[in-house]
Amino acid sequence: MPDATRLTVRKTYKLFIGGAFPRSESGRSYVVDDAKGGFLANASRASRKDVRDAVTAARKAFPGWSARTAYNRGQILYRVAEMLEGRRDQFVGELRDLGLGKAAAGTAVDGAVDRWVWYAGWADKLAAVAGSANPVAGPFFNFSTPEPTGTVGVIAPDDPLLGLVSVVAPAIVSGNTAVVVAAERAPLPAITLAEVLATSDLPGGVVNILTGSRAELAPWLASHMDVNALDLAGAAAEDVAALEEAAAGNLKRVLRPGAQDWARTPGTGRMTAFLETKTVWHPVGV
Amino acid sequence: MPMGDLRDAGGVSTETHTSAAELRAFLHGLPGVDRVGAAERADRLAGRSVKAAAKAEAIDLAISMVDLTTLEGADTAGKVRALCAKAARPDPSDASVPRVAAVCVYPDLAGVAVRALAGTGVAVASVATAFPSGRAPLEARLADTRAAVAAGATEIDMVIDRGAFLAGDYLKVFEDIAAVRDACGPAHLKVILETGELATLDNVRRASWLAMRAGADFIKTSTGKIPVAATLPVTLVMLEAVRDYRAATGRQVGVKPAGGIKTTKDAIRYLVLVNETAGPDWLSPARFRLGASSVLNDLLMQRRKLTTGVYSGPDYFTVD
Repeated sequence: MPDATRLTVRKTYKLFIGGAFPRSESGRSYVVDDAKGGFLANASRASRKDVRDAVTAARKAFPGWSARTAYNRGQILYRVAEMLEGRRDQFVGELRDLGLGKAAAGTAVDGAVDRWVWYAGWADKLAAVAGSANPVAGPFFNFSTPEPTGTVGVIAPDDPLLGLVSVVAPAIVSGNTAVVVAAERAPLPAITLAEVLATSDLPGGVVNILTGSRAELAPWLASHMDVNALDLAGAAAEDVAALEEAAAGNLKRVLRPGAQDWARTPGTGRMTAFLETKTVWHPVGV
Repeated sequence: MPMGDLRDAGGVSTETHTSAAELRAFLHGLPGVDRVGAAERADRLAGRSVKAAAKAEAIDLAISMVDLTTLEGADTAGKVRALCAKAARPDPSDASVPRVAAVCVYPDLAGVAVRALAGTGVAVASVATAFPSGRAPLEARLADTRAAVAAGATEIDMVIDRGAFLAGDYLKVFEDIAAVRDACGPAHLKVILETGELATLDNVRRASWLAMRAGADFIKTSTGKIPVAATLPVTLVMLEAVRDYRAATGRQVGVKPAGGIKTTKDAIRYLVLVNETAGPDWLSPARFRLGASSVLNDLLMQRRKLTTGVYSGPDYFTVD
């Protein structure tokens, strides 16, 4: 039994930018409710300047992360799975607060761990599947290799953990860095996941997580000229067209919201959506 | 403060009868600087919020005050010409962006910059006097200065002999500056105090007065070649010095913080400091400069954010 006189130590849910956990630059927060409408916690309500700072952090992290060997990125993603597994109970608790039953919450956390492992395995196989050795009429080797596209803006879906992992992991496994707007009504697992990421040898800035209003943050992310791709998984259907329009300013690759069954085996689509193909000619015999 | 003495001495750039003892008594008679108070004041002013229209104005003013600088051993004529093109037209896609104040280069490249900037209205500044250490015989330093002026530089950034200053040989520093002042002819003289090596804010105040009495047109914080460059408290002390010097003598000396100014926010903090310390008379490129290079891209990015409404990125500006 806990000592009745002891005060509970409550966690302050902050943002995750550049490997650190700052409060929103704006100083704002919003109330997150549990499934029954009771008070759960205050989460930071990020502003457009937090978006800007997060993009700066993601851009700064990109050269280092994309230069890691694919094998090393796979190791780090696997490490994320290990760390997540170690916090299983905490995530189950957070998901149950949001209304999931015990079994469903357990399945969701296991699914998230397995999703990291699944994508970790893809790290050093992606080039073999998405790349090619091309036959050419001349004394050259000709290779097409997939390259990360840069910084990816991710509007995470409502599924607070498995959905989040299912959109973040494929974005970063190939060497991209990500700025993620977490599920608006269920942001707490995202920030707890940030604690997992921060202790998994993932370099600071590779994943940046913002909590707050999607409608407020998504347009800034979509129009930001230093963001190279946009995953609209969690965007409201009526906002998609406007966000795509905003993203056209610098020809961002845009992944539209699709089927939302996150428990299914994902396939390679989310990974290849954020790749560019580089083709190299190399003389034979040199 | 013994300002009365100074006024009696007619203490401006033409001071000739300065004795070591008088100089020492004067500089040590300057009131001490409250280090904590200066830091606190600079901090407080740094918290000022400058937004929207005021920010747009501040950004344009800051751009027009930049001394776009390249001082690398690897500088080439091509790099200097590229920098000059950027100085004259910082954002090629937007003609409403003001040009910068000057391009700052090593003396051997001053001629290249002068040719590249002919007719643009951008001045050419050249560091001289064995920059950045200043450790060369006076004759060599003067020859360095004359060469830069002969090449067409209209502004000379000299370094003081910090060794002599720290050893208390103020007269030597004074005479060095006066000699370089003569060698400059019509060119403007900026005196680099290298405040990072002066150890205390009291020394910064003394060096500022020393440089102004010896004829400096500008006092500049740093070379940018040592880890500690311009800081807000140091600039605050220098701005107070130029303000007090004008009150004592009527001559207005400019200030140039240099090194470590990387973001628009930094630049705007300096502008606030100028306005609140020395006053709006100093808010012009003729009296205040920002020695920097990377800050220009950030200023342009912020400017574009204000004009287009979307955040820009470093991909759209030149890599210097």
